[in-house]
Order: sequence, then C-alpha cells, then structure tokens
Amino acid sequence: MNAYECWGRYPKAKHQIEPIYWTSENPFIHSPATSYLAFGKGRSYGDSCLNDGGVLLDTSGLNRWIHFDDEKGVVRCEAGVSLAEVLRLAVPKGWFLPVTPGTKHITVAGAIANDVHGKNHHRAGTFGRHVGQFEIVRSDGTRLLCSPQKNQKYFSATIGGLGLTGLILWAEFSLKRIPSSWIQMETIRFGNLDEFFNLSRDSDEKFEYTLSWIDCFSQGKSLARGLMMRGNHAENYPDKKRFSIRDRSINIPCTAPRWFTHSSIMKGLNVCYFYKQRKKPRVSRVHYDSFFYPLDILGSYNRLFGRGGLLQYQCVLPFEGHGDLSAIKLILSRIAKSNLASMVAVLKVFGNIPSPGMLSFPRKGITLALDLPIRGQKTFHLLEELDAVVGEHHGAVYPAKDARMSGENFRRFFPQWKEFRDYVDPNFSSGFWRRVTQEPSPIGLAS
Amino acid sequence: MRILIVGATSAIAQKVARLFAKANHSIFLAARNEKKLVSVAQDIQIHGAHPVHYMTLDMNDFDLHPALIHQATQSLGGLDILLVAHGQLPDQPACQVNVREAEQAFKVNFLSVLSLLTHASHQFQKQGSGTIAVISSVAGDRGRQSNYIYGSAKGALNIFLEGLRNRLFPYGVHVLTIKPGYVDTPMTSHLKKNRLFADPESVARDIYKAIQKKKDVVYTPWFWRYILLGIKLCPEWIFKRTKL
Repeated sequence: MNAYECWGRYPKAKHQIEPIYWTSENPFIHSPATSYLAFGKGRSYGDSCLNDGGVLLDTSGLNRWIHFDDEKGVVRCEAGVSLAEVLRLAVPKGWFLPVTPGTKHITVAGAIANDVHGKNHHRAGTFGRHVGQFEIVRSDGTRLLCSPQKNQKYFSATIGGLGLTGLILWAEFSLKRIPSSWIQMETIRFGNLDEFFNLSRDSDEKFEYTLSWIDCFSQGKSLARGLMMRGNHAENYPDKKRFSIRDRSINIPCTAPRWFTHSSIMKGLNVCYFYKQRKKPRVSRVHYDSFFYPLDILGSYNRLFGRGGLLQYQCVLPFEGHGDLSAIKLILSRIAKSNLASMVAVLKVFGNIPSPGMLSFPRKGITLALDLPIRGQKTFHLLEELDAVVGEHHGAVYPAKDARMSGENFRRFFPQWKEFRDYVDPNFSSGFWRRVTQEPSPIGLAS
Repeated sequence: MRILIVGATSAIAQKVARLFAKANHSIFLAARNEKKLVSVAQDIQIHGAHPVHYMTLDMNDFDLHPALIHQATQSLGGLDILLVAHGQLPDQPACQVNVREAEQAFKVNFLSVLSLLTHASHQFQKQGSGTIAVISSVAGDRGRQSNYIYGSAKGALNIFLEGLRNRLFPYGVHVLTIKPGYVDTPMTSHLKKNRLFADPESVARDIYKAIQKKKDVVYTPWFWRYILLGIKLCPEWIFKRTKL
C-alpha cells in the first residue's frame, strides 16, 4: 500500500520520500532535488499534498512538544504534531483548539498551510488567526522566524500557502478555555435554502458552532433541505468525565465496490438521514469528539468511495446580509440534477473575520462542501460548470480540497496569487501548484 | 521512579521516555547532540516527566561514563532504572574490507555498553535493587553474511548481559535484554520497508512492559522470538548455504 497518497486517492503520484526527524537538521541535505513538498497526514483531498516525481518531506518525525503554557493556553510544537495530539494534551487541562476542521488527524503545519476553518468561523475566523509565530526553512537553508511582527510577508504567505513557501519546522498558537469536553447541541430540520438562511442568521448569534448537513438529491421546493447542528461548550459539567478525551475509530479494511456509492443508494441514505430527525428540534449533550469529528470514527472513510477515488468540492460565494441567493441555488440544483453527489454535503455561513493568510480561502459568504465519488468525465464536467458559476459571482474554490480546477479558474478565484508567487520557494512545488500556474491546464482525467 | 536513558535521542528511546513521562517519573537523558537532546527533554517534560535533566556526551568516550552515572544519580537523587539505547548500524561491506570500521562498530555497540555497565553494576549491586535494560538486537542471535559485524557485537552484548544478570540476580537487580527486529527509525531509513518493520511506539510499549514485569529477555515485536527460534534451529550445514 502506498501511504503517500492524498485523501481523495485521485490523482496518483510517485515520490521520493525523505523522512524528517529533527528541527535542528538541514532537511534538504540527504536528497538534493529541485522539487520539495512537505507531507503530513495526507488529509488534503487532492494534489496540493502531492509532488509527482519530486521529493516529499515526511514530517511525521517532527512530533515533539516544545513548550506549553497551561496558564495562558499557548502551545508550541513541531510541525508534524497532529491536532488529535494537541487535544490529548490540552483538553484534560481545560483547553481546546481555537479552530478545528472536521478531522483531528491533520498536522499543525497542515492546519497553517491550508489555513483551515471550522464550525466556528463566524466567531473565530480561520486557524491562522490564532497562530503567534512559526519557523520555516527554505531550500537554500535559510531559516525564517515568522510572526505578525517579524518576516510579516512570509508569515502571511505561509498561512494558507499550501506548503510552498518552505518547510514549516515548528509553530506556536493559542488555545481557548472550555468549561468541559461536552457540547450542548441542537439539531434542527430545515426544509429548503431560505429556511436555512433564516436559521443560520439566528443561530450564528447564539451559538459558537454551526454547521448544516444537506440532502444533495432534493430538488425544487425542498432544494437544500437538511439538518442544522448547532452547539456551545456545555457549562457546569459536574462529574469526573468533565475533561475526558475520546479517540476511537474503526478501520475500514478494504475499498468499497463501485455500486456502494450508486446514486439510488445515496439518495435513499440521504432521505433516511433527513427523516431520522423529527420536525421538533432535538437537544442533546454530546462529547466534542462526536460533535466535531463524526467521520473520524471511520478510520479511512475515503475507501467507501471505491477504487476510482473521490473529489471534494468546496466553494464559497460572497453575499451581503440576505442578498442574492441565485448563485448558490443554481449550484445546488445542478448538483441535485446530476445525481453525482454522496452523503457528505455541508453548508455554512462564513463570518467576516479576515484571515492573515495571503492565499486563504475563507471569506464572508456561504460555503458549500461535498464529496463526490469519481464517475469519469461526468463528475469533472459538472464541477467545471460549477466553477464557472462561482467565478461569475466572485467566489472561490478551496485549493486544499481540489484535484481538478483549471489554472484559469484558480487565477480568477485568487487574483492575489501573483503577489503570493514571490514568496514561493524556488525549489518547492506541488502537483496542485504546477497544475494551476502552468499552461495549458489539464482538465479531468486527461492526465 | 528515577530513570537514566542513554542514547536518548534514538527513536525507540524517545518513545520509551514518553511512556515513563506520562507516568510522571523523573528522567535523566544522555546523548551526543545537544540540540536534539534539548528537543527530547522539552518534549518529555510536557508529556509529564518531572524533573528532566540531561547531559551531552559521546558514549565512545569511556572516561566520561563514571561521571555520567554520578551526575544522573545526583540530579535524580538515586537511580532505579538504566536504559541503554545507543547504537549504530555499521555498513557491513565496508566492515569487510576495513578493520577500523568493524572495530568502531564493536566499540559503539558493545564496548561502550560494557564500560558503562561495569561502572553502573556496582552501584546497582550496592543498592540491591533496580533495573538495567539494554537494547540489543535479534541480529545477535545468529551470524548472517548480510550483517555479521553488527550481529557479533550484539551477540557479545547478549552474552555479557546474561553474565551480568546471573551475577546481579542474588542482589535483586533486574537485567533486561531487549531484542528488537526491524524498526522503522532513522537507523533504518535507508532500508526498504516491508511488513516486518515495526513502529518505534509499539516497540517502546513492549520495552516498558518488560521493564515492569521484570522479564529477562524480550523480543519485540513478539513474533521475532519464533523467527529467531527457526533460524537458530537450522543446522549449520544448511544455514551456511542460505543467503540471509
């Protein structure tokens, strides 16, 4: 088994692997090359974590703590420490990640390089906002300590910089206080997109965390029906499990057959999941692990998408207040009509907290993320069409989750890429970066 | 408990140190490279070790061994466990043509341990308790053409430890010989990985358990005991014809 693959298992790539064990050593000395890229846990969906034909610097050996101030909640650790390990350290002491994505199995450096976001974007912004400083080493051996005060531009370019500005060696970020490991959660059903918006506006004021699952097969009046999950950290949790940690998973031993993600099965599962929730809101107290990381329970759920792999599509469409919904409606109805979606589809309204990252993806607006099993050209064509809609409405598609957007579209979504380019290490690259900066851009399965 | 770990920046030692750290033991670390040593010391402190001390030294400098043991005992206020984890995998073809290489391999993998334990054994004998745990290798169980210099150094080490165990047993001192198979560490980063490779974490857990259970010899992962049993049982007239 090739462990150095991306989460979507598409595209495939071959690498020379250089394991990194110490922050004090020169990581480039053993394998002189012209194309390096750091590899953490391989949780980026597409080729932003691949470097076909080049060297992958495996950072799993950089897994040490450097400093932990449990009064102020500031942690400094090496690049390859995972968020799961941060939680294991921090939660028993009453601290939590300031921002967390839907999996805890990513590295701290990966969280910075992709400037990840989570269910509290409307309150806390992106992960990068909570980073105090980090050190990168460039391929010429130069080490740069970056913070909002020092090497500012590199700080900003590295946050959301897809690992292209050099190798992150260690980072320091702040945690947040929590009253317990538990989340007071409400699950509410909504019948369509308008209901979603009303609910979302209401919820974002009262709840720290909000996220909605949608049924990607429903059309017409019930387009984008779904369930909103909203919650706050539970106060006054009395017993000894107050700061418990959980870290369970079942491994999926083999790749699922093709029919498993067939549209009729997916459609059925979506309907069941929607109606599982009664009309009346359900209030429950759940552990943070099941609230934030429901998919981590399945060890490698990407295997459920079959041999062909999967694509994740995440876009953001800017909007002001309760403005123009036509773009998101158009996108959702195209997806629904295509019958190409799966069970995993979420909607969230991003807040207006700016990110320090030059190339960061999140911005004020509505974001949609969904997993699609790859069904040949159909899937690629659908996403190409959606890209066009996103482009027309000044939105963007998330590079960390992409394996196919065209260079033209990338440059349209991220006009700041030209400024960013100046900070890219000349000997760092990725499959993604070559794809979106070099013409002509291959589309779909052509490669 | 008070633990001295020699070769503390080795991948296996780091993981064992973390396990002891999680149980809030006191730890003294020794290794060659100061920067690496500091990284490890900071890490295990945050994992819960208290206090953590360290000393940089090259184990090939035998004259420093008494000072190391003295310093560790002073800083920790006594010594309950000594884990010896330093070692080096020599380049076998180079050893075949260059005696110096082979000699060097013996010095690091065997003689330095002999020196250290000769000093340490008196202290343990006097206190009448404690554990001496040494990372050896399955390579020491039988000589094979691909790795017999390393193998013979580790083989000598195994016999030395047997003798030491025999000598210290009446005094209540526990001597543990640890025989790991292939482990995925910087020492083996140049080798092609296969299913036989274990991760340092699981090896560390086996070592931790073996220390607590006061085992004499531990193979880690466990299946190496049976692989080596097979290898040892093979008659020499067949074995000499193999390509192992």
